[in-house]
Amino acid sequence: MSSAKNININLKIWRQKNAKAKGSMETYKLNNVSTASSFLEMLDQLNEQLINEKKEPVAFDHDCREGICGMCSLYINGRAHGPDTGTTTCQLHMRKFNDGDTIFIEPWRSKAFPVVKDLVVDRSAFDRIQQAGGFVSVNTSGRTIDANAIPIPKEDADKAFMAAACIGCGACVASCKNGSAMLFVGAKVSQYALLPQGKVEATQRVLNMVRQMDEEGFGNCTNTGACEVECPKGISLENIARMNREYLKASLK
Amino acid sequence: MAKSALLKSSLAKKYWMALTGLFLCLFLAGHLAGNLQLLVPNNALNFNKYALFMTSNPAVKLLSYLTYISILFHAIDGFLLTYQNIKARPIGYAKSNPSANSSFSSRNMAVLGTLILVFIVTHMVNFWAKMHFDKNMPLQTITIEVMGQKQDLYLTTNEGYMPVSQVAKSYEEATKSGAQMYIENRTEFFNTQAKVKMGEGYKDLYKLTIDFFKSKGKLFNVIPNEGLVFTILYVLSMAVLGFHLLHGFQSAFQSIGLNNSSWTPKIKLFGKLFAIVVPILFAIIPVYIHFFLK
Repeated sequence: MSSAKNININLKIWRQKNAKAKGSMETYKLNNVSTASSFLEMLDQLNEQLINEKKEPVAFDHDCREGICGMCSLYINGRAHGPDTGTTTCQLHMRKFNDGDTIFIEPWRSKAFPVVKDLVVDRSAFDRIQQAGGFVSVNTSGRTIDANAIPIPKEDADKAFMAAACIGCGACVASCKNGSAMLFVGAKVSQYALLPQGKVEATQRVLNMVRQMDEEGFGNCTNTGACEVECPKGISLENIARMNREYLKASLK
Repeated sequence: MAKSALLKSSLAKKYWMALTGLFLCLFLAGHLAGNLQLLVPNNALNFNKYALFMTSNPAVKLLSYLTYISILFHAIDGFLLTYQNIKARPIGYAKSNPSANSSFSSRNMAVLGTLILVFIVTHMVNFWAKMHFDKNMPLQTITIEVMGQKQDLYLTTNEGYMPVSQVAKSYEEATKSGAQMYIENRTEFFNTQAKVKMGEGYKDLYKLTIDFFKSKGKLFNVIPNEGLVFTILYVLSMAVLGFHLLHGFQSAFQSIGLNNSSWTPKIKLFGKLFAIVVPILFAIIPVYIHFFLK
């Protein structure tokens, strides 16, 4: 980390007192930010400064800080999780920015993800979609069959695993110009549709999950492909196509 | 549940968008094949015969109704989708960088589609409506020399001729001028005394098209050389169509669930070629007519 240096930056951050309040973009100046720090550490530093100034710190979501929990969000300089591809915000480092830069930080924007406070949004719409069908019903009364007892082609297992890599962060919704959640739902439908265990409930699963997605107020997919580019876990558009196939099949049954 | 899902859900709208869009791509290919006949020299009669076939054959008629419905459905579905998508993000971003993750075409399908809809309406007013309803639609004539004198003759669908000088525009005119024949139902030649149909002329869509793009008239009585204006607008419309197809063609396959590693690259390549070649071929025709046709 010998190449680390300190930079001074300007921040334009969405501040909103609570869900009902009308928010606005506020400007902050932050000096001596180490380029070795992560983006979230930079926000910690800003909050320390705000607390010292007896001001309200900026609320933002974070948890594991190692790119796996899907909790951190943030629309940074016009892109979900910032300028890097294939990373979450916690994996973004200040070395990607230059001295004197102005950085825009906004919450995910979607009718289905209402702002709770500042940069924190309520992503429970994803939970409700998941609860509508994103599971397999297994009898766990003690006679559970070992999952490995069912042979699965390697290719299918790999594809299911790649779909299951979705961490539900919502970057797809945030970066889609239509606020569509189809990459998320496509991944969740696919991870089961590809496996024999998931086939049993495939029809109801896709119908229920898509219905819930529509009810939550997400927009319609127009295949711009923005979600695939911005997804920190590299979930492919193929999953949306698979959901489209599954849904068509289920609707005709 | 399943049935209403196929009509109302977000995915159903994608399917209909894709299927009507792909059908309209087929229509474009067919329409282009017809239009390209305008590039063949001295082809007026064949072109008009083709136009007659396209407006009278029952199978073609069925296809044309399917096309009208597709255009309407594609447009209405598009407006509905756009409206819902705008509602899905009530507060926009202060700063966004959409070109980092998506193409210009894919983000502007609604605007491009609306421009195409405007083009289709004006195009139908200028050609389709005249062909179908205009009382002054010209009938095809040829000029021959009989004993040193030039004579204009109507061509008839049974390979015959009708001297223009002997055909009045209506029965009333014929009784006044004493012409032997008059025109009934826009194309039919009737004998004035017997009131019997003697033949039928060809609507001269070829002449209508050539005159349209070569017109020296004033558009809205203000802009001179309207044929040039029409040519430029036509070429611009084809550019808009090209951008719409650039995203639309391959997008339709994704929407109906056809996406895999072996087929998708081929579909995308074909879609790109289709989006470039078809609009260019369409656009060449008015350019040729305005600038090069004698």
